[in-house]
Amino acid sequence: MSLRHRLDTVTEPIIERIIQLCGISAIVFVFGIFFFVFREGSDLLFRGFDLVEFLTSPQWYPDSVGHKRYGALALIAGTTSVTLLAMAIAVPFGLGAAIFISEFCSPKLRETFKIVIELLAAIPSVVWGFIGLTLMNELIITLFDAPIGLTVLNGGVILALMSVPVIVSIGEDSLKAVPDSYREAAEALGATRWQIIYRVLLPAAKNGLLAAVLLGIARGIGETMAVLMATGHAVKIPHSVLDSVRTLTATIAAELGEAPVHSDHYQVLFLIGVLLFTISFFINLAADLIIKGIGRK
Amino acid sequence: MLKKKIEISNLRVGYGNEQALKGISLDVYENEILAIIGPAQSGKTTLLKVINRTVEFIPGVQVEGSVKIDGQDVLDVKNVYELRRKIGMVFPLPIGLPLSIYDNVAFAPRAAGVYDSTKLDELVERCLKQAALWEEVKDRLSSLGTRLSGGQQQRLTIARALSHQPEILCLDEFSIAVDPVTTMRIEDVLRELRSQVTIILVTNLVQQARRLADRTAFLFNGELIEIDSNDVIFSNSPTNRVTYDYVMGNFG
Amino acid sequence: MKGQVVATNESNPASLGANPGLSSTPGYGSRDLFTETPFVRKKKRTEYLVEAIFFLMTLLMVVPLIFIVCYLFYRAAPALSIDFLFSAPTSGMRGGGIWPALLGTLYLVILSLLVSAPIGVLAAVYLNEYARDNWLTRIINLAVVNLAGVPSIVHALFGVGAFVLFARMGRSILAASLTLAIMTLPVIIAATKEALSAVPMAFREACWNVGASRWQTIRGIVLPNSISGILTGIILQVSRAAGETAPIMFTGAVFYKAISEGDIFAYGLFDQCMALSMHLFTISTQVPNVPEAIPYATAVVLLGTVLLVNMLAIVFRVYLRSRKKW
Repeated sequence: MSLRHRLDTVTEPIIERIIQLCGISAIVFVFGIFFFVFREGSDLLFRGFDLVEFLTSPQWYPDSVGHKRYGALALIAGTTSVTLLAMAIAVPFGLGAAIFISEFCSPKLRETFKIVIELLAAIPSVVWGFIGLTLMNELIITLFDAPIGLTVLNGGVILALMSVPVIVSIGEDSLKAVPDSYREAAEALGATRWQIIYRVLLPAAKNGLLAAVLLGIARGIGETMAVLMATGHAVKIPHSVLDSVRTLTATIAAELGEAPVHSDHYQVLFLIGVLLFTISFFINLAADLIIKGIGRK
Repeated sequence: MLKKKIEISNLRVGYGNEQALKGISLDVYENEILAIIGPAQSGKTTLLKVINRTVEFIPGVQVEGSVKIDGQDVLDVKNVYELRRKIGMVFPLPIGLPLSIYDNVAFAPRAAGVYDSTKLDELVERCLKQAALWEEVKDRLSSLGTRLSGGQQQRLTIARALSHQPEILCLDEFSIAVDPVTTMRIEDVLRELRSQVTIILVTNLVQQARRLADRTAFLFNGELIEIDSNDVIFSNSPTNRVTYDYVMGNFG
Repeated sequence: MKGQVVATNESNPASLGANPGLSSTPGYGSRDLFTETPFVRKKKRTEYLVEAIFFLMTLLMVVPLIFIVCYLFYRAAPALSIDFLFSAPTSGMRGGGIWPALLGTLYLVILSLLVSAPIGVLAAVYLNEYARDNWLTRIINLAVVNLAGVPSIVHALFGVGAFVLFARMGRSILAASLTLAIMTLPVIIAATKEALSAVPMAFREACWNVGASRWQTIRGIVLPNSISGILTGIILQVSRAAGETAPIMFTGAVFYKAISEGDIFAYGLFDQCMALSMHLFTISTQVPNVPEAIPYATAVVLLGTVLLVNMLAIVFRVYLRSRKKW
């Protein structure tokens, strides 16, 4: 046996152990994220932080001298309104595009569209934010004669454009997963393409489409830079799509730099982080379970 | 008395609720060609996979009984790599690895720690010659193995199976993806090899078993119906009526 | 028409030959196949309409991309020049170029790549080649999915808590790169896993059958044949890391840092740095009276870099697909 071979027999178990550790690292990181974010905010929690007020009061006055208030309801409302509007736009368009790409496209056109969607997904969120700040802002001011264009509408449209690629690619995957035999059977019965889509494909792919929508929502809730730049900076519960708001994520990004380390304000921001982590964790868990459900069938 | 190379006794293999092999006992003698025939799903491939222990890659498999090679139970073997080198395997579909022809044959020796290039050159040439492929590929050893035709790839697979100098060669329906001319050439190769290795030939071609083998075993639904020399199996009066019906083509 | 079952006489196959045809089956009416009835016309119209609507929906997604790129370019044109790329900002970010930011982004991307590429590739190797179907594997897969789903600002908080404060790295390139690395890990894991699973199982079995160990099989056959997909994943990681802002905002990126021009080793591991994405955010929201073209030009450079890197990945993928070895 050569020296090289003997070396291999020594290194092989070591390499396999390293590979195993890397595999487990993903778990370590997810736990690490929760642990460290929670750790920075936990102190406040144990000092009798009013969680009920945090979740139900719209009063967010972290900088006030004598009257500090940490009610995140307005921020939650901000996130909810922007995400809802974004989904109202992105879901029909995303699913429509997914259906077109998977059912009507020639293979060549499909490749082109997929590349465009990939590129659309690659645009950095700060660039989207910049587009909201400039182009969309001017557009909304001119179109609606509004005093300011940095609104729920602006953030919603930007966020819709950002979530569409997620919805399209996962939606298309789940439509592709419907066996061709279903389509052929329906065609043989004389169904038109619209009937096939409406009566065969959508019911068969509904779980995957639901997962696509869930992941779109997760993207919307978690998005930071784009909504920070595009929705204005008003901490209030919006009454129309032309109101400015601020989301949970934008609040962290805007205020963490100013909050003194380990102050109450600083810790509250980390608690918002815990809240965001928890929300995204459960949405992703649900989407994953739904997708796995498809795989099992 | 012939020397026993492999002794299988009371071998049971189950996947979940299904029994693939229901208590098989048979011996394989040194330097013979044993054919195993039987219809699909009768456990022939599973038997081969037990012999080289690749059966354990199948999730949820349970193996009971014993398979002894040279008196040692393979189910107790700790160094499975060494065991697999003792056995050459050829499966139904030719699998040229996406490497050059040379590297395809040199893969196993290298994995076993042979890096000396003159030794490897010699080995590659010998194996390719044994597999009756040398003349066709000797000028393009560095081209991709996956670019060869199906018949050539099957012979490449055989060359690879011989490259680690096995004592036992198992072939699983090697002629399925190969044209008749190549099949004949490979059969000639097997007759040549017989003096050096023990050959187990799983086949669903009854005529192939009759042409090639010394003895033939008939497997049906995971049970060994009959094993005997070809003179008996392919006569008008094998011990078992089912064997007769299968060999005559009355079912299967 | 719906729900009609065509009855054939199964007990007497001979009658099939004398089948008078469907048109005489009750319920199908006259089967004139060659005239366009109003019913057929209406159906056809709906078909075209449906296709057109879905096409428009798809188009409405494609148009913004082209429009945005063109619009940004148009507005950026006055400021774009080679000099813009290679000079430092002047007069309180209101003039000059973006060189320190460009260099900072390069540092962050390379450093994060050095961390996430090996871990990500090996993690994917574990998941695809070693992991059995058990609870541990399910948890790892779930963790990867969740790692990809954690909001970027939460990654930033993690970076602050774990690297800046706990590990005492301070706000530094190192802390920012590590945060980016963990954030982009799922990109590499997903791409590598896909590339590995594209290598047919038969190749692995063939290797095991000649006595190769798992690692010998991976090294000899699996990795060489999936390297293209792995590289595509790494390229995508680069594009993702270059564009992120939130994770580096509080872990190492700063508004302004003066570095000597022309020195590509201007930043140290524990320095803070400027970054392109952060720079765009700063000059478009924090600094008043910036000449209009400068933020546009910065956006174009950032967007251009990211899109070019992505297109590189796409071209690479198409090229390698064309010379598949089996």
